Amino acid sequence: MSQPEEAPIQNSFSQGFWGGMPIGLGYFSVAFAFGISAVAAGVPVWGAALISMTNVTSAGQFAGLSLMATGAGLAEQALTQLVINLRYALMSLSLSQRLDPAIGLLDRLFMAFLNTDEVFAVASSQPGLLGRRYFHGLMLAPYLGWSAGTVAGAAAGAVLPQAVRSALGIAIYGMFLAIILPPAKKNPAVRRVLLLSVALSCLTAWTPLSRFIGSGFSIILCTLIAAGAGACLFPREEARHA
Amino acid sequence: MPDRFLAQVAVMAVVTYLIRAVPLALCRGQLRSRWLRDFLFYVPYAVLGAMTFPAVLSATASPLSALCGVAAGMALAWREKGLLTVAAAACAAVFLAERLL
Repeated sequence: MSQPEEAPIQNSFSQGFWGGMPIGLGYFSVAFAFGISAVAAGVPVWGAALISMTNVTSAGQFAGLSLMATGAGLAEQALTQLVINLRYALMSLSLSQRLDPAIGLLDRLFMAFLNTDEVFAVASSQPGLLGRRYFHGLMLAPYLGWSAGTVAGAAAGAVLPQAVRSALGIAIYGMFLAIILPPAKKNPAVRRVLLLSVALSCLTAWTPLSRFIGSGFSIILCTLIAAGAGACLFPREEARHA
Repeated sequence: MPDRFLAQVAVMAVVTYLIRAVPLALCRGQLRSRWLRDFLFYVPYAVLGAMTFPAVLSATASPLSALCGVAAGMALAWREKGLLTVAAAACAAVFLAERLL
């Protein structure tokens, strides 16, 4: 990324497509779990598909689902999505430096739709500037995998017996644990931020504060305080952009 | 079906899209504030932690079965198993706990 203007422009659709294939396969399994969780939360199969095909973001969708299930308001939903997905702003910012300057506004608006963590990671690993055909190829398999996995999971979830579906209520949280614990194990700063956020969240839920702070706003408040404390107390070494 | 389902999905989709689209369409420079970059780095952990606890305790038929699920999930997540493995183990623990305890 040192001198992108001197490297050739990567603009092969097929290379993009094959680069996105492993992402698509991985997305199928995660989206399958999302489909099951959506049906367990009372969302019909078409509704689960609609969420996946318009959002294309794992953490945001699981969060949105749990908020819907607890009857949160639209403002809480909007703020939660903003907070949990803010990292995409950083990725889009970074990606904007890597795109062929000839790519116009409409194409950029189209690409932004599928700038997920993994698509961004693969795109960033390419040397030089990125062309529109490469990025279009890269988007294809992840989108298909995400959509198809959701429909398959939701359809499977809809025919499962009630006893199994109630056990599936914890699936979302199992996935959250799998996302947050490995980095918390390796990085003491992440561990402290996580513990602070959990402590604050339990405090607002179990004390009279819960009468004034809804569950959605509590999440935002805990996040702003814990992540803000992390940024103040544990500044990181020269930041890597990923 | 959750209340105002279509409105909720529309809000999720529009907010998520705008976060991705605005910087890509408008910004060409890098974030200069290190504090902001560090803040954004810590955000996913803080938000997922607050979202999991204590809400997970009311996600199943009883707090006791939920605790069993959390314990199984944490044990596997700590060993860095994949998303599906951890989620499946948590579900299995809840299923067993609700039948045995």
